[in-house]
Amino acid sequence: MTTWPILSVTTFLPLVGALIVYLSRGDDEAAKRNSRWIALWTTLITFAVSVILVMRFDPTVADFQFVEKANWLATGITYHMGVDGISLPFVILTTALMPFCIIASWTAIQSRVREYMMAFLILETLMIGTFSALDLLLFYLFFEGGLIPMFLIIGVWGGPRRVYASFKFFLYTLLGSVLMLLAIMALYWNGGTTDIPTLMHTAVPRSLQTWAWLAFFASFAVKMPMWPVHTWLPDAHVEAPTAGSVILAAILLKMGGYGFLRFSLPMFPLASHDFAPLIFTLSTIAIIYTSLVALMQEDMKKLIAYSSVAHMGFVTMGIFAGTMQGVAGGVFQMISHGIVSGALFLCVGVVYDRMHTREIAAYGGLVNRMPLYALTFMVFTMANVGLPGTSGFVGEFMTLVGTFKVSIPTAFFASFGVILSACYALWLYRKVVFGALVKPSLMSVKDLTLRECVTLFPLIALTILFGFYPKPVLDMSAASVQQLVNNYNTAVTAVKAAALLQ
Amino acid sequence: MVQAIVFLPLLGAILAGLIAIVGAHGRNPSGDTVEHHDDHGHGDAHASAAHDGDGHDDHAHDDHGHGPVEPAAAGSRGAELITTALLFVSAALSWMTLVDVGFMHHDARIQVMPWIFSGDLQVWWALRVDTLTAVMLVVVTTVSSLVHLYSIGYMDEDPYRPRFFGYLSLFTFAMLMLVTADNLVQLFFGWEGVGLASYLLIGFWYQKPSANAAAIKAFVVNRVGDFGFALGIFAIFALVGSTDFETIFHAAPGLTGKTVNFLGWHADALTLTCLLLFMGAMGKSAQFLLHTWLPDAMEGPTPVSALIHAATMVTAGVFMVARLSPLFELAPTAQAVVMFFGATTAFFAATVGLVQNDIKRIVAYSTCSQLGYMFVAMGAGAYSVGMFHLFTHAFFKALLFLGSGSVIYAMHHEQDIRNMGGLWRKIPYTYVVMVVGTLALTGFPLTAGYFSKDAIIESAYASHNPFAVYGFLMTVVAAGLTSFYSWRLIFKTFHGEPHDEHHYEAAHEAPLWILIPIGVLAVGSIVAGFPFKELFAGHGVEEFFRESVKMNPHIIEEMHHIPETIAFLPTVMMVLGFLVSYLFYIRRPYLPVELAKTQPMLYQFLLNKWYFDELYDVIFVRPAKWIGYQLWKKGDGFIIDGFGPDGVSARVLDITRNVVKIQTGYLYHYAFAMLIGAAGLITWFMFGFGGQ
Repeated sequence: MTTWPILSVTTFLPLVGALIVYLSRGDDEAAKRNSRWIALWTTLITFAVSVILVMRFDPTVADFQFVEKANWLATGITYHMGVDGISLPFVILTTALMPFCIIASWTAIQSRVREYMMAFLILETLMIGTFSALDLLLFYLFFEGGLIPMFLIIGVWGGPRRVYASFKFFLYTLLGSVLMLLAIMALYWNGGTTDIPTLMHTAVPRSLQTWAWLAFFASFAVKMPMWPVHTWLPDAHVEAPTAGSVILAAILLKMGGYGFLRFSLPMFPLASHDFAPLIFTLSTIAIIYTSLVALMQEDMKKLIAYSSVAHMGFVTMGIFAGTMQGVAGGVFQMISHGIVSGALFLCVGVVYDRMHTREIAAYGGLVNRMPLYALTFMVFTMANVGLPGTSGFVGEFMTLVGTFKVSIPTAFFASFGVILSACYALWLYRKVVFGALVKPSLMSVKDLTLRECVTLFPLIALTILFGFYPKPVLDMSAASVQQLVNNYNTAVTAVKAAALLQ
Repeated sequence: MVQAIVFLPLLGAILAGLIAIVGAHGRNPSGDTVEHHDDHGHGDAHASAAHDGDGHDDHAHDDHGHGPVEPAAAGSRGAELITTALLFVSAALSWMTLVDVGFMHHDARIQVMPWIFSGDLQVWWALRVDTLTAVMLVVVTTVSSLVHLYSIGYMDEDPYRPRFFGYLSLFTFAMLMLVTADNLVQLFFGWEGVGLASYLLIGFWYQKPSANAAAIKAFVVNRVGDFGFALGIFAIFALVGSTDFETIFHAAPGLTGKTVNFLGWHADALTLTCLLLFMGAMGKSAQFLLHTWLPDAMEGPTPVSALIHAATMVTAGVFMVARLSPLFELAPTAQAVVMFFGATTAFFAATVGLVQNDIKRIVAYSTCSQLGYMFVAMGAGAYSVGMFHLFTHAFFKALLFLGSGSVIYAMHHEQDIRNMGGLWRKIPYTYVVMVVGTLALTGFPLTAGYFSKDAIIESAYASHNPFAVYGFLMTVVAAGLTSFYSWRLIFKTFHGEPHDEHHYEAAHEAPLWILIPIGVLAVGSIVAGFPFKELFAGHGVEEFFRESVKMNPHIIEEMHHIPETIAFLPTVMMVLGFLVSYLFYIRRPYLPVELAKTQPMLYQFLLNKWYFDELYDVIFVRPAKWIGYQLWKKGDGFIIDGFGPDGVSARVLDITRNVVKIQTGYLYHYAFAMLIGAAGLITWFMFGFGGQ
């Protein structure tokens, strides 16, 4: 269909941009400006190319599209790329959010700008690669490679406790990925290939399913993050620079959910079915536990970080419900959360850039001086709360509907998140934005600049658009999700039927 | 036409919102730097403005948060006129729709846009108009347009009027989406949308801490109800496979006898679903146990209280039960619960209303109590009768609120009735309309409330609900209490001696913007009863409502055959309440004081609203905070991190240090041995599977 490897171009364009940034040496103002502009243009062009992907994508086809295949390491290990309805939304999310991250870092980052931009561009390549790799080893490279730039972004440009946070982040994720590598090797031994589409149609023995599932789970659960391996996230968020937090919340967390969808459910359906109660339990604990913890936070970023964990709980719950609404809702919730939590971190960044503190108690009454900011923050707060008419509602609603059919107690306890999210989100908003402006330090604070409006207003538009008209995302993923759900249910019922016969 | 009714207010909201935000942006410059030298003067000016606003707030019973500190926002008048005009158009169209649908039988269902489509979950944005909806359309747009008009006068000193009118219109839009919903999810959209508008409007004076607290409380308590509502929707979808009303109603009879295992309880499917949905109604309509937000919501401007917390939003729960009557009719247990909560609320709120001193809070408790009445009718299966009371109540309760607003306006934002008195000489017009509202509320013969309230009490008596007797008794007693506290309000406010000479002397009648709407509502409070009696509570029900509600088939007939004495009972109670009130507050004003002294326990119990706020604080709010704190510090900090990353790294460091100390040189051997071991393990693992 296409004459040029569009997917590879999308993936590696940022890398080219990073190279150009690297080549433009110098450390004066001009060089800084250059690297910013190069990075911005690179991300914009990448986004433009990814839009071509969307236009040429056929949402009625469940299988992989834009497939590219080339020999690589050995037989069975190839350079294999392609996207389907589940991965394409994440690719677009990545390419769409990157320009915002570059713009958000425009003035906030003043030291080592060149390296910073390179780190972001390399990270973009790795993230897009993760979502479009169709070979396990390739996936593993991209997936784990993403750790390094993120580690550096937190460790170099982060806050005062950045070293602790970055090591915690690194150790947690690395622990999971070592196990995943073992599982990948086992799968290679079992199927003779690391080709993902082939493996999806290869039956995996039940015992291997269990072990491989657990190994993959270790990695994805940390990324997600699921309770109780979530404690790296608040620290990483608090210490990361604004754009780092945005990427972390909006895209890196989604790799876990994507992994569950790409590997756990299709390759190990029986194990997934066996372990679903475990996932349900962890998800509901995550939702209630982290919401309660969020209620008591004193740091804006920590509060949003904890609320992210709670929202990811809805995703894992929906995915492992294995119903159409659950899985599609999981995908949608991830996209929505990517937009909303990213925007919330941008909102925190706005006031952090002005006041250089994230402590909730240091704020109050911002609405008196910052009406545009108050409006923006309100929209995203409501999306975080899951108000109908914002994208946050659609995801939460679908995952809960999908789960209710499978496990009523899970849906019941998870619904408590609906109450608790209102408590912490509105409390945060009240403390920061509402009230009288009495703190002397805030007296001369000023409203959003044009640059900040450019980063935030498109996200407002998307949040509300997807709240009223989520069809573009849902349609894009529908066919692939349907196929995934069908295969999963067929596998599970087949085993149940076999068990009955015996 | 329906599209115009629904979307004109949205258009108004967007326009007013744009005016508000553009104006606000103009007053507050952009910039990402904080310490600009040339900007200090401006900052200080704002600082003092904020301080003024704050100082003003200390006045406890002040309805207005801001004094006239800041000049009005640019375009205020434009925003007011645009939103109000659009609302009047919408109201006119709604009355036409009522005639068209109610008498011409032109029901309509219009699909606007697809919403959530995933597998068998197919949710449309759709507008459904039948008689039930048409009645609500009329109530919502009429009261809303009058409140818009009233607000032009009432808010004339507020600098943020464009924002206020934007919120009002946004609320109206959400409410209209709620009543025209064709499926449960859109109903939920409107439900939460009005919740948002209510939150924004209660917290309209965002500099007041009490207003912010009340706003959050309203939203969160409503969310508790929505928790049940959402689960109800999930349950319906799991049972029926759709959220469309038509599909649900067709499938409902087939669901009788089905059971669902709900947390170990083998519940009857329909009962469970109805109870979950009713939980949402309890939150929105401030029923017993979930009522605590409504009195606090009086922190909002008075027009808001009239529109949202009296006439429209709080009746959404009643509307929901009426809309889902085909389900409730099949779930008698759920109906019993509905009647129980309705009757309890009617009684409970009336008792609390007896002793309150804030003029708006008295009316708020009265609202709560009247909503209880409506639910009693719902529980009896007399849905149209409940809707009748909803319809008449909208007029006289909006009137009472707006009249109270006029009193507050005249008294310069004084709300405590103990500081009023003798006002009838100063503001006779307001006095007259308030008396009309009170007559209607207490059910004086031939006023609107008389027909609807008596019908509810009759339906409770006639029904076969297990709680029928309880419902009947509670509503009859509450009728007496209602009469007492309503007249108490009138007597203490308008009669007797002025208690605050300063305010009394300055009291004056409000401008025409305010007087016209309350005049219209006063007329409505009288004439909204008799002409509609047959349609809502007589033999015309069948013809008027048709398929839109599923009545208990015998209830109307049986209501007309109850003993004469029973039918007179509410009127007797009304007179009794009036006489006691007259005795207490006109003839022997020392009596209530003595009574309070001799019964301090009871008085305190009522004054503190049965101690619900304190109770909830102890059993919900504080434990949640305590648990949250413990989970954070102990759970995350001590256990997970302590035994996880921090602990591991600390132990590794310890061990390494010790090992290095004792056996320097061998460490590398150990490490090497471990590596070999790991490699061997992996090899075995892979060959093990390879051999299979």
